[in-house]
Amino acid sequence: MTRPVGVDDLLGAPIEVHPNGNSAVATAPVRSDESLSHVVLSGDVTRAGPISPPRRTRDFGAQGVALLAASALSAFAVVWVLFYQLTLLSGALGFLICWYACFLAVFWVVTVQVVDRSAATDRVATTLVASCAALVIGVLLYIVIWVVLKGVAHFSPGFLWRTLADYQPAEGTALFGKVGVGQAIVGTLEEVGLAALMAVPLAFLTAIFLNEVGGWGVRFVRTIVTAMSGVPSVVAGVFIYALFIVPHVLGYSGFAAAIALFVLMLPSVTRTSEEVLRVVPGGLREASLALGASEWRTVRQVVLPTARSGLITAVVLGVAIAAGETAPLIFTAFGNNDMNVNAFHGPQGALPLVLYQNIFQAQTVVVQLAFTAAFVLLMIVLILFVLARLLGRRSTRKGGLRKLAKAPFNWAKGLVS
Amino acid sequence: MKVFSRERSRPAEAPTAEVPAVTATAQVPVVTGPVAQPARLETHGVCAWFSGRLVLDSVSLDMEPSRVTALIGPSGCGKSTYLRILNRMHELVPGAQLAGRVELDGIDIYGGGLRATDSRKHIGMVFQKPNPFPAMTIEENVLAGLKFSRIKLPAEQRRQLVEEMLTKAGLWNEVKDRLNELGGSLSGGQQQRLCIARALAVRPRVLLMDEPCSALDPTSTNRIEETIRDIAGEVTVVIVTHNMQQAQRVSNMCAFFLAAEGKPGHVVESGPTEMMFDNPSDPRTSDYVNGRFG
Repeated sequence: MTRPVGVDDLLGAPIEVHPNGNSAVATAPVRSDESLSHVVLSGDVTRAGPISPPRRTRDFGAQGVALLAASALSAFAVVWVLFYQLTLLSGALGFLICWYACFLAVFWVVTVQVVDRSAATDRVATTLVASCAALVIGVLLYIVIWVVLKGVAHFSPGFLWRTLADYQPAEGTALFGKVGVGQAIVGTLEEVGLAALMAVPLAFLTAIFLNEVGGWGVRFVRTIVTAMSGVPSVVAGVFIYALFIVPHVLGYSGFAAAIALFVLMLPSVTRTSEEVLRVVPGGLREASLALGASEWRTVRQVVLPTARSGLITAVVLGVAIAAGETAPLIFTAFGNNDMNVNAFHGPQGALPLVLYQNIFQAQTVVVQLAFTAAFVLLMIVLILFVLARLLGRRSTRKGGLRKLAKAPFNWAKGLVS
Repeated sequence: MKVFSRERSRPAEAPTAEVPAVTATAQVPVVTGPVAQPARLETHGVCAWFSGRLVLDSVSLDMEPSRVTALIGPSGCGKSTYLRILNRMHELVPGAQLAGRVELDGIDIYGGGLRATDSRKHIGMVFQKPNPFPAMTIEENVLAGLKFSRIKLPAEQRRQLVEEMLTKAGLWNEVKDRLNELGGSLSGGQQQRLCIARALAVRPRVLLMDEPCSALDPTSTNRIEETIRDIAGEVTVVIVTHNMQQAQRVSNMCAFFLAAEGKPGHVVESGPTEMMFDNPSDPRTSDYVNGRFG
């Protein structure tokens, strides 16, 4: 035999061999039944020659990549002539779209000529899907890199704890040595933290009700949760404003903002956790119940630990969304250039509010301030995301959170002994 | 899968007894000591309904202590349903109802004196598909039942229990150096033996096995059968199997279930395994065990 036995060989169906020998569709030499039985039964394989180098049948191969590059180049040339020279059209976006369409067409036609039809279809589809993925990643990277480039220029560690109290835009860039967004960072962390503190337990319990307990209320609750997730964030803000702030139940405060964010976080975290709980295999619940566990023990000690990393992702998504919300904060936290650590009294700052209030201003330095605030917000969300990933990893299950929580006690024990 | 639904629709022909809502505390204490006596399991006129459709008709069997009873029969004849009635797993299926009595050493597990969770501690179960808890290590999997019952043991006793149970399940030598790896890291056959060790660790008096080898290769099947023979003296075993040779190899008693077209499943014949295979009194049993149908 000349290569490892694959499924194709065992199926024994005659499969067309492509001229280049590495087409995208499966290729295998046609075997007679004798050679097949020889391959399957022999313990010590006697080879006719050396093993040919291993390959992946779905890879494009050097030839495929060359075809891809050549198609892209020729499509570029053709579209450039058609687009800019013959039709006098203009616009980069239009050009890119035409180029891409033309590239796919050229690539397909050329591959049909050089290899065959099925390989051409497969490669064009692969290219299409891969470029969609690249587009999404590209957009994400573009946003991140753009904000970082715009924001990092005037960033300094002091920017994290100074406040906007001495905010004099007339000073120009010297301003960045004096001001910071400390009050907004504290505000955002407190508001989102309080909202998460209220929303996460309730969302988890609702998800457990929807997926584990069941009963007559499920459809109703699920409908309500879905309807809640459709509430525009600005409406949530106005709702809290009308309900608490206008009748002076609460003043402008971080807590009022937290309630508005809670309204927005609850449905998102509930739906995501419900989906996560749904994929926990029913066999595990049965196994637990068959060991004599109560339903609550089953949920607590089997279902939730199994869904752990998914549940953490649900929380992080909810927190990330809440951290970036601006509209509900306008009527509730109100914004504050001075430090206000007490979330329950007085207007409080928030990073999205700093961004919102400064980005439209005429002075360049103010716009730069907004971008620096955006950079800080992005970093905070990124850090939360990485932290959550670390906590959610299976390998740190024992050593992670529990060890961290016990660390002070162990340290104290060490001191005593 | 919704396991916890309490929805119960009434069948057209009402069953003689609803599943009672049991609130009284257990009369039988949970056995946690080193020795649990194998129990006799008797059923009297057990019927089962799914969404009002009768699927199992008046099954009365006597499963003797310390013996292995095999339930055989073609698919869809109610063997698994019957098995799940024996430890109150049946009632977890939405729309499931039942009638009749299941007696564990003379105490009706549906009678109101015993909670569902307590009866499941006495009557353990191993499922068709190996289902170790993926978020727990091998050791934690074995001790899961104790954790669920909030039984705390000193470290030394825990270690002994883990070793004893894994040895009984024929897994100790393979996993003794990797007790802290996750349960999912084992092969299918090893996972199933881990599930057996986990079920045995709560010292059940009866062990129910629902086609425990159907997802395994012949070697693993062999190991599980050895395990069943080993534990048979200490626990009453009831096993559902589609494999006639397996039933012959491991069981002392045998019950043949059959469901005629459009009719609920029922027991055609039951008795000692040799008699069932060598000299069955019903021609249908003879046909089935000799592979002429099913």
